[in-house]
Amino acid sequence: MSVLVFVEGDNGKIKQSSQEAVSYAAAMQQSPVVAVALGSYSQDELAALGRNGADKVLHASDQQLDQGVIQAYASVLSLAMDSTGASTMVLARSSLADAVAARVSVMINGSLASNVIELPDQSDGFRVKRSIYTGKAFELVELLAARRVLTVKKNSVQLKEDGPSAAVEVFNPELNQEDFKASITATEKATGEVLLPEADIVVSGGRGLKGPENWYLIEELAAALGAATGCSKPVSDMEWRPHHEHVGQTGIKVSPSLYIAIGISGAIQHLAGVNSSKVIVVINKDPEAPFFKAADYGIVGDAFDVVPKLTAAINSLKS
Amino acid sequence: MKILVCITHVPDTTSRIAFKDDNTKFDDTGVQFIIGPYDDYALARAVELKDELNASITALHVGGAEADPTIRKALAIGADNAIRVNTPAEDSLNVAQQIAAVARQQNYDLILMGRESIDFNGGQVHGMVGALLDIPSISPVMELKIENRTAKMVREIEGGKEHVEVSLPLVAGCQEPIAEWKIPNMRGIMSARSKPLEVLEPVAADVQTASIKFELPPAKGAIKLVDADNVEELVNLLKNEAKVI
Ligand SMILES: Cc1cc2nc3c(=O)[nH]c(=O)nc-3n(C[C@H](O)[C@H](O)[C@H](O)COP(=O)(O)OP(=O)(O)OC[C@H]3O[C@@H](n4cnc5c(N)ncnc54)[C@H](O)[C@@H]3O)c2cc1C
Ligand SMILES: Nc1ncnc2c1ncn2[C@@H]1O[C@H](COP(=O)(O)O)[C@@H](O)[C@H]1O
Repeated sequence: MSVLVFVEGDNGKIKQSSQEAVSYAAAMQQSPVVAVALGSYSQDELAALGRNGADKVLHASDQQLDQGVIQAYASVLSLAMDSTGASTMVLARSSLADAVAARVSVMINGSLASNVIELPDQSDGFRVKRSIYTGKAFELVELLAARRVLTVKKNSVQLKEDGPSAAVEVFNPELNQEDFKASITATEKATGEVLLPEADIVVSGGRGLKGPENWYLIEELAAALGAATGCSKPVSDMEWRPHHEHVGQTGIKVSPSLYIAIGISGAIQHLAGVNSSKVIVVINKDPEAPFFKAADYGIVGDAFDVVPKLTAAINSLKS
Repeated sequence: MKILVCITHVPDTTSRIAFKDDNTKFDDTGVQFIIGPYDDYALARAVELKDELNASITALHVGGAEADPTIRKALAIGADNAIRVNTPAEDSLNVAQQIAAVARQQNYDLILMGRESIDFNGGQVHGMVGALLDIPSISPVMELKIENRTAKMVREIEGGKEHVEVSLPLVAGCQEPIAEWKIPNMRGIMSARSKPLEVLEPVAADVQTASIKFELPPAKGAIKLVDADNVEELVNLLKNEAKVI
């Protein structure tokens, strides 16, 4: 049975998280793996999804799909499920994919599992492990319907990069104008920075940095590491940093390979957003800060002293 | 203008999570329950809109009677009446079908939910309800204004935001900073006691998933502390031991 993967792009470039989703589908050992891309992409960009394990890419290139209109995306993806006869659809978690997946699951009368962190166990039914209680626990859930939709967290599977290039096919179903009732009138997006949910390394700062003028410390370390920058909730509440950088229970949940927390106390609500990181480093001047209990490595010290030295050490390693 | 706010009854954000009955059930011993923080944002925005638009607010919960104090809290914050659909929240689709059934009866102009529940973390119910009612569902919404039956929203996307406009009716999954959380005042708490909380029996619904068991993450190993004067050692550990840089 074929597996369908919704792939998302950023300015015509397929996101790394989508490449991971294709790798996930490939690792499910069901074929063919069919990626579906909506909106404008170059042929080469789509064919390259073969490296990640796609056998075929369906391209719905209508310009109306250049914007991520939730309802329209859900309709096109449901049609793709029907026309390929696929039993499973895989999406990398994202703001758009989360919103679309739920609608698709209803439209195809399927089972939905969100926040999936591992490959499914298909030996006895179809079971997946998902993250619940904001990362504080996991649930093993069986998907009972004949068709299913999975939204997958970052780092759930090794990125595959050795496949042959994929065949790209035109897939242009008739669009239903009713699906475009919601119109996207403007988009504000930071350019050139590493996106937080995509990042393999995240450097985050908390109230311990004293003010937005000191964020160069975080930014320089992040630049040295090729990392994204994050922050604690009070920092975004006080508008020292934009809201989309706020990590935690009520913010973004990240699962990078490396999370570096600087001047963040480690309140349980903050930890909830970072506890699926592979490695956590904490820099805090208070040896009693609760974050040290959740960390793999730590430095007890003043951020204003330690961080510039760390940045310099990373830079000299990289050069 | 009629607003429906769907609320969850979830463990307080500081709760320690544990399971019982061979890891098949949540252990609620000593756990305090609250309105889900995202639902609380949805409710807070509804209360503001109520004043602006002369709207009425219904709070809805799908679940057992143990949630009644939480539902009363929503009434104290500013909902006018409440409905509880009396069925355990088996899975997201089941919950969504119950919510959609209530919505079909009542024709709400605006259905506000949290972007996700903090127990199940599905982020699913709003999209499912949107699909079941065949109306737009937008999430996560960080700003919401209503002008002439058009919702003007700011939706969070990776690394930024998107401005979205759509005419009502609509389902929105809310998050901060859509409104400031509201704390019930004495008058609210008093009046909540006499506001109607209607208990409805569930409609027949599908269950498409079965929870098999729960588990806790493995305990973290001991932390390695590095001296503040020896950051090179940290870099060395990250490169050669953890292999993450
Ligand atoms: C329902 C709810 C949801 C919440 N959701 C979130 C969430 O999603 N994300 C989130 O982050 N918080 C959340 N919070 C808030 C959370 O409880 C904490 O208040 C918050 O995380 C604290 O932020 P902080 O660590 O930056 O600040 P503080 O707690 O003030 O900690 C600052 C830290 O910096 C250290 N420090 C000070 N100076 C220096 C220095 N020079 N060098 C090094 N270290 C220094 C201090 O020792 C201290 O540990 C939530 C709270 C509630 C009630
Ligand atoms: N049992 C429930 N009763 C009422 N509303 C719910 C229930 N479960 C979820 N919701 C709503 O749906 C939103 C998303 O939930 P979820 O899909 O579980 O993450 C929540 O923030 C609530 O607004």
